[in-house]
Amino acid sequence: MARAVTTRRKAVNTAIAWTIGLLIFFPILWTFLTSFKTEAEAISSPPAFLFFDWTLENYGAVQERSNYFRHFMNSVVISIGSTVIGLIIAVPAAWAMAFVPGRQTRNVLMWMLSTKMLPPVGVLVPIYLIFRDFGLLDTRTGLVIVLTLINLPIIVWMLYTYFREIPGEILEAARMDGASLRNEIIHVLTPMAVPGIASTLLLNVILAWNEAFWTLNLTAANAAPLTAFIASYSSPEGLFYAKLSAASTMAIAPILIIGWFSQKQLVRGLTFGAVK
Amino acid sequence: MHLKTALRGATALSVCIAAGAATAQDTTLTIATVNNGDMIRMQALADDFTSRHPGIALDWVVLEENVLRQRVTTDIATQGGQYDVMTIGTYEVPIWAAQGWLEPLSDLPAEYDVDDLTPSIRTALTYEDTLYAAPFYGESAMVMYRTDLAQEAGVEIPAEPTWQDIMAAAEAMTDRENEVYGICLRGKPGWGENMAFLTAMANSYGARWFDMDWQPQFDSSEWQAAVSDYITMMTEYGPPGASANGFNENLALFQQGKCGMWIDATVAASFVTNPDDSAVADSVGYAMFPSKDGVDNRGNWLWAWSLAIPESSDAKDAAKQFVAWATGRDYTQLVADRDGWRAAPPGTRTSLYQNADYQAAAPFAEMTLKAMEAATPDTPSAQETPYTGGQVVAIPEFQGIGTAVGQVFSAALAGQMDADQALQNAQQLTQREMQRAGYIQ
Repeated sequence: MARAVTTRRKAVNTAIAWTIGLLIFFPILWTFLTSFKTEAEAISSPPAFLFFDWTLENYGAVQERSNYFRHFMNSVVISIGSTVIGLIIAVPAAWAMAFVPGRQTRNVLMWMLSTKMLPPVGVLVPIYLIFRDFGLLDTRTGLVIVLTLINLPIIVWMLYTYFREIPGEILEAARMDGASLRNEIIHVLTPMAVPGIASTLLLNVILAWNEAFWTLNLTAANAAPLTAFIASYSSPEGLFYAKLSAASTMAIAPILIIGWFSQKQLVRGLTFGAVK
Repeated sequence: MHLKTALRGATALSVCIAAGAATAQDTTLTIATVNNGDMIRMQALADDFTSRHPGIALDWVVLEENVLRQRVTTDIATQGGQYDVMTIGTYEVPIWAAQGWLEPLSDLPAEYDVDDLTPSIRTALTYEDTLYAAPFYGESAMVMYRTDLAQEAGVEIPAEPTWQDIMAAAEAMTDRENEVYGICLRGKPGWGENMAFLTAMANSYGARWFDMDWQPQFDSSEWQAAVSDYITMMTEYGPPGASANGFNENLALFQQGKCGMWIDATVAASFVTNPDDSAVADSVGYAMFPSKDGVDNRGNWLWAWSLAIPESSDAKDAAKQFVAWATGRDYTQLVADRDGWRAAPPGTRTSLYQNADYQAAAPFAEMTLKAMEAATPDTPSAQETPYTGGQVVAIPEFQGIGTAVGQVFSAALAGQMDADQALQNAQQLTQREMQRAGYIQ
């Protein structure tokens, strides 16, 4: 009897999970399908789901007009650069907070998080002026710096949550064996926290890849990543939905593929410590 | 000795080649523009400019309109110097020129023929007798309607209709069972979306945004009549979910034959008559923006996407050459040679409307010109106003206030409040914002 209930509940849960999953995935699927339609088919009502004349003309038009590779390389450099620098700063910070907490550690953590509560546009002009004076406008370096700073609180928080799960005794044992602080972090803590660091890295690469406010506002022609590539196909006076869909598909495909292959780490990273 | 001479020669030659390469493209212009069809065409034709000016290279930054506006406004206000040419509208030009942010375009070459520019557009881009931006394409607003549906319904839409004519025609053409709606108008909130239309409509009803003391006027009988007629028309003869419809959504509905009439920017005419995209390309008629009985004012919608050079640019001379190329007469000819006269950027030059080839290829040409000539953005309302602008109020605060008021009217269209409530809310929030901005105590 108990088993029957469990099986039924499982089936219901599975059905709910699939429904939610499909609902969330549907806009991406629709974007993908629209990218193979003509502009007239893209706005047709009722809309055609699969039975239309599939065409690659939108991808051709996008390739002809934009330098996809330059935008793609900018996205890669900016997202990986900001994540790696963020990790280099955050690992020692999270170690200190997790294993040698002071009286103000909680407050510091909360303060770091509070920076995420400020609407970015509120600091746009000061940051723009600083960037102008330091010659950082429209440079990859500038964007790596700003995205590192923006994502640092999240990186520190994620790593802190991970490190707290690692028994302090192991680190103590390493210290007893004469390991220096540097060796303790690099050779003892880091290998044990690799799954956590990997999921933090992945999540931050995705966040940096999708970041659209700063990447649009601090770039012009040289350092503009794929967010600017998508924004160049949106139009309030003209129906270019099929081309916009093709540009969007090209922009999200790389990160979607990475996410697909690393979903285990991602899910683990996002749910770690949620159930005790 | 010979070897030495040869080496010296080779070195000198390579230095010359290197220097030549450096000067071959010694100026790079960064051009910020919007993703509208005419601008995309300009980008595709830019080889013509670079072949005539081998020392100038072009970098394009194409962005969605709202993103572009935020981007270029930040840059010009902080003197960031990221752009050499900016695509801006008639709203920004007088405000930015007053701030001293734009390079005057007073020394354009004689062959540019400034006097050929459409007078109303030229006025809109002029501040204190100096031209600050060159128009790339211009638009006003007009009625586009289905001639076949009008005939079936037995109605005639006069060339200069009143709102009464429009309402009667909308009622006659509506056939909800077959998903044909008498009238499609903008409902999506935004200062450049529903408020562009509603401000123009209110202007034609004799309303104004502010009196001469900058007091908001939403409590006036003119605004009351305009908003109440707008909501009645859209509720009874408009498509479902109209509060989410902007230019593009209405364009899609019209092209699929679901709108009897559509009152919007004149530039839409070239889209709805394009047989590749539009199912109703052969049966579109045009009329002037409607007026109200007894009010001598037809909406006053005037907009021109224009090219301007920021003061912060370090390549102003090259930028001027580009602006002169992109907005000059030869460019129109270039477009006509490549894509036909129908594709010529409309509204900026009177010579285009005297061109027989253009008139033959663009059935909407005459009405577009009439609509633009009728616009008087210096005197937007029949009443006296302390501001200029047609479908906008040319003050820096209008983007914020216009969008907030647009949200109120969009909510009223969606049935969340009635017209009186919406007008009251609009009055209160505009009053508050104008007090904050220091216009009124």
